[in-house]
Amino acid sequence: MKKYIIDLRVTGTERVGAQCVLLRMEPVEGALPEMAPGQFVQLRVDAQGVFLRRPISIHDVRGNEIDFLVQVVGEGTQWLASLTVGDTVNAVLPLGKGFSTHHPQPTTPLLVGGGVGVAPLLYLGRVLKEKGIRPTFLLGARTKDLLLRLDAFREVGEVLVTTEDGSMGEKGFVTQHSVFNSTTPSLIQCCGPTPMMKAVAKLARERGIDCEVSLENRMACGMGACLCCVTETTEGHKCVCTEGPVFDASELLMAKG
Amino acid sequence: MVDLNVKIGQLELRNPVMTASGTVGYGLEFQDFVDLSRLGGIVVKGTTLKPREGNPYPRMAETASGMLNCVGLQNKGVDYFCEHIYPTVKDLQTNVVVNVSGSSIEDYVECARRIGELERIPAIELNISCPNVRQGGMAFGVTCEGAAAVTKAGRAAYGKTLIVKLSPNVTDIAEIARAVEAEGADAVSLINTLMGMAIDAERRRKVLSIGTGGLSGPAVKPVALRMVYQVAKAVGIPVVGLGGIMTATDAVEFLLAGASAVEIGTANFIDPSVTVKVVEGIEAYLERHGFSSVREIIGALED
Repeated sequence: MKKYIIDLRVTGTERVGAQCVLLRMEPVEGALPEMAPGQFVQLRVDAQGVFLRRPISIHDVRGNEIDFLVQVVGEGTQWLASLTVGDTVNAVLPLGKGFSTHHPQPTTPLLVGGGVGVAPLLYLGRVLKEKGIRPTFLLGARTKDLLLRLDAFREVGEVLVTTEDGSMGEKGFVTQHSVFNSTTPSLIQCCGPTPMMKAVAKLARERGIDCEVSLENRMACGMGACLCCVTETTEGHKCVCTEGPVFDASELLMAKG
Repeated sequence: MVDLNVKIGQLELRNPVMTASGTVGYGLEFQDFVDLSRLGGIVVKGTTLKPREGNPYPRMAETASGMLNCVGLQNKGVDYFCEHIYPTVKDLQTNVVVNVSGSSIEDYVECARRIGELERIPAIELNISCPNVRQGGMAFGVTCEGAAAVTKAGRAAYGKTLIVKLSPNVTDIAEIARAVEAEGADAVSLINTLMGMAIDAERRRKVLSIGTGGLSGPAVKPVALRMVYQVAKAVGIPVVGLGGIMTATDAVEFLLAGASAVEIGTANFIDPSVTVKVVEGIEAYLERHGFSSVREIIGALED
């Protein structure tokens, strides 16, 4: 897929929960290129003390608008969260290998997310829905207030929820949800904190379910050149930025132990 | 039209701008952003005799105006390069220089010999300065004896243009450069990364998997400029300058310090199209100052 360097202009912002911001952007000129769910962009940050671009996953694409769900974790994401309507940001996009969307019919994919890791699942769900596949989301959080954009997910598919404190949905971890008792999904597509992805990959392996997980290793170039963001696979180190961020879980050593 | 041509050993560059090893892969990764035929050359990823997995993750830490890496020469080895990568890069319309590394002199020699058989590779950059491998690498580059021994063996094994990449992690880099020149290197390139460290205070842990890494980016530019200046004064062979170049002005500063060409590395991560902008900016600088050739500004510092 051809990559581009383009300027994006902020067309809307919205606080989401205590730690996240939804950034809506459109190209300053021209049209957005084709992008696949699970791919990411490298945003240039113009803040003191920030040198590298920040890899941010594609949260949603509608028409010529692209959404990012950004969790503030440091100075780079703080700067992104402080953008206002009309500001422009330089982006390199689209990057990486996304989730598979060519599913054999009939299919019942389960899209499992936790924390800000739910971000790429919305666009994935939208693309699946457009292909006539109704996705089910299983979203987990420590507590109710940390569940992000439930309404947006409900517009695209069925939403199941777990919280560790039981403040919403079923109490416990996503892997304990009753959906796994009643049905066996044809495919799990997962993005979330590492312990969650490990647990989901383990469950998938035990149940014989195909499973894709999206990693977010620390990156520099985002284009497969610097080899900084590698993960260990059955075939040695692979770059998360170009051979991922979405991997078949059976390929990852982190998902085996 | 200003003349941008420079020569490094037998290597003729259409302009003095190359990419630094390990920062654009094999060039192909950047073709959506850069017309490689507009560059003087590209130096492709460090290649070793045997495949190397490199160091464990995490391998990178962002720093003030730069970054640390401890990739550790991950590559698929010279056989893979010759069989699978060479066919994809041999017809690129630019000079493709292969960075060669090793953990013993025998490794360097055999790897250089193999690359020497590839018709369309006009030069190698002998990497005696990688700070992220336990054996070899920088160990050869921090003493005159080590640098001389690798260069001598490399020279005997490789007939085309031999560039030796120097480590800044030394007391006197000019002394190392002279030792390398005496053993027949056609050019030296400098600087490789400066050895550094990052610590996560909250977690009370080292950030990088092996503790230390090599610092690159604008943070190292003043050190690199100083070293290029010192080495250019000390040797008669061409100097290729690198270290923190982000703009055409940075590149011009290296040329003025005595470099005949420059390599751009970490800047490619910030702006994947930066190299062509630097070429255009050097040309504009020369026109603005009334120079007819880039060679007129090499080492042309006024008193």
